[in-house]
Amino acid sequence: MDEFAILGKPVRNVQLLGHVTGETEFVDDISFPGMLWIKAVRSPVPRGRIKKIDTSKAERLPGVVKIVTAKDVPNNYHVNMAALGIGPPDEPVLPDTEVNYKGEAICLVVARDEDTAAKAAQLVDVEIEELPPVLDMEEALRPDAPVIKPWGLNAHIFGSGLDGATPRGGQGRPYFLVKRGDVDRAFESADYVVEGSYLVPPIEHAPIEPHICVVKPEPGGKLTIYTATQAPYFVRDNVATILGIPPSKIRVVSPAVGGGFGGKVDPEFEMQVAVAAMAVGRPVKWRWTREEEFMVSTVRPAVKIEFKDALTRDGLIIGRRGRLLHDSGAYTRTSPYGVIKAVFNLSGPYHIPNVYYQGYCVYTNKQPSSAMRGYGVFEVSYAVELQMERDARTIGMDSLEFRFKNAYRNNQVSASGKIIEDAYLIETMKEAAALASYPLPPHLLSMSSWG
Amino acid sequence: MRIRFVLDGYDVEADVKLTDTLFRVLKDRLGVRSVHFGCGEGSCGACIVLVDGKPRYSCLTLAASVDGKKVTTAAGLRVDGELAEIQRAFVEHNAAQCGYCTPGMILVAKALLDQNQNPTDEEIYEALAGNLCRCTGYVPIVEAIKSLARR
Repeated sequence: MDEFAILGKPVRNVQLLGHVTGETEFVDDISFPGMLWIKAVRSPVPRGRIKKIDTSKAERLPGVVKIVTAKDVPNNYHVNMAALGIGPPDEPVLPDTEVNYKGEAICLVVARDEDTAAKAAQLVDVEIEELPPVLDMEEALRPDAPVIKPWGLNAHIFGSGLDGATPRGGQGRPYFLVKRGDVDRAFESADYVVEGSYLVPPIEHAPIEPHICVVKPEPGGKLTIYTATQAPYFVRDNVATILGIPPSKIRVVSPAVGGGFGGKVDPEFEMQVAVAAMAVGRPVKWRWTREEEFMVSTVRPAVKIEFKDALTRDGLIIGRRGRLLHDSGAYTRTSPYGVIKAVFNLSGPYHIPNVYYQGYCVYTNKQPSSAMRGYGVFEVSYAVELQMERDARTIGMDSLEFRFKNAYRNNQVSASGKIIEDAYLIETMKEAAALASYPLPPHLLSMSSWG
Repeated sequence: MRIRFVLDGYDVEADVKLTDTLFRVLKDRLGVRSVHFGCGEGSCGACIVLVDGKPRYSCLTLAASVDGKKVTTAAGLRVDGELAEIQRAFVEHNAAQCGYCTPGMILVAKALLDQNQNPTDEEIYEALAGNLCRCTGYVPIVEAIKSLARR
């Protein structure tokens, strides 16, 4: 490693000095004279129709400056990654007719301090007619399920240009489809057929720093957004969309972020803070509580994966059918992208010549899900590797040998049609076995990704 | 009420309500960077300060209760502008990633080592039981503290 400047040598975190002295600047360290605070009035039910929002009592509380509702939002509906062609914009900044998950912000109280805002939020009288919620993915796909999306289906429509991956005007399907080879024939000629079903629950990122944002209106209709985000450009684009102003009027500043793990990729509340700040013409801060962080912020999606594998007696996977359900929660956010990534990964790092994969992006009345470390890959890897064990046991083969046999070799073609040119699974497994002092038989040791 | 206390070596005064937490006063009133909001209920340790040398969750400590006392944050551990031993150990062991939990971790470590110069692993884990970190997996933090215990 001596010939490398960086490889093989420890690299110091450049922010360490600030961290150990507490001098590192986080968003909570940013405030301005005359700054106001936000607290939200949140939905107590997972699904309901908003009948009435009476703010009169709350408005009379001294220190309350404004109560912001859907009426104050220039363009209420948005979607993450609109610039990448994902749609339709299905999420309101503040809902005007319906709430779709427990904890969804209905209106925002802007007040001189956090306590006053919190007290006033409790004085807002919201009348909601509760509607039957959809909470389970399989239930959501049944024909008799309550429908929570305006296009009449609790699933995203892929293939027609609203998934960021296909041209507009194509044939729409309620799932993302990946097919290759002739999967029916593979099952006809299989010696064994092995089925498995796998569930991954939602996971909260739980960064130690909850979401926090300050928006400061600037002269000339401009604004500066200070926010703990992993994706300042998503924030800029979404705020520009909902305010109906050019992105050039928006400056997004992201100082140190106190942990994100994918949970701070979505613009989930910056639009609300921006609307509030523009409505009152003063800097506004919103510091989420830990309870809000758990209840409202995105989670890693719950995922259900079903596999059916066609195997030969000598240990080759010749075909796989896969069905993936991805719980998007109430709104689209980044889920179509997550589903596409997950579906292409349903083969894992293994060569399966005949595949038929369906990936559903399912809507339920839960907090929206989004990215988390290894988005669309971690969930799938869990299912793929358990299925590999199940396959190997069924045909009575050592599961390591089964993996060596099916590992990608260079010049094979992946489920997405890509020619593999950087396969290293066999070499990695050999290295790992050596490090673990696990003896490999000579016929596995002689295998390589190039043969 | 008006309270006076020593904050990182400086005399400070603040008008506080009886219900104001120390965190609120330090962060929102005095603009102190080295305390962080994490949970507001004494679970995560990001807001920890030393009150007369003892670790306290500033989110659960009433500001009025520190009247006449000495409050130390991670910023106050430096000696003549130089990093304290425990801060150097955290740097040497790369014991921080995002840095949000770090001041609390350092103060708890400092309080532990002030009391017990040679803590066992169990005593270190016990001391850190009220501090959460989501980035490092704790190993480098414990290693940093152990490196001082061995001396």
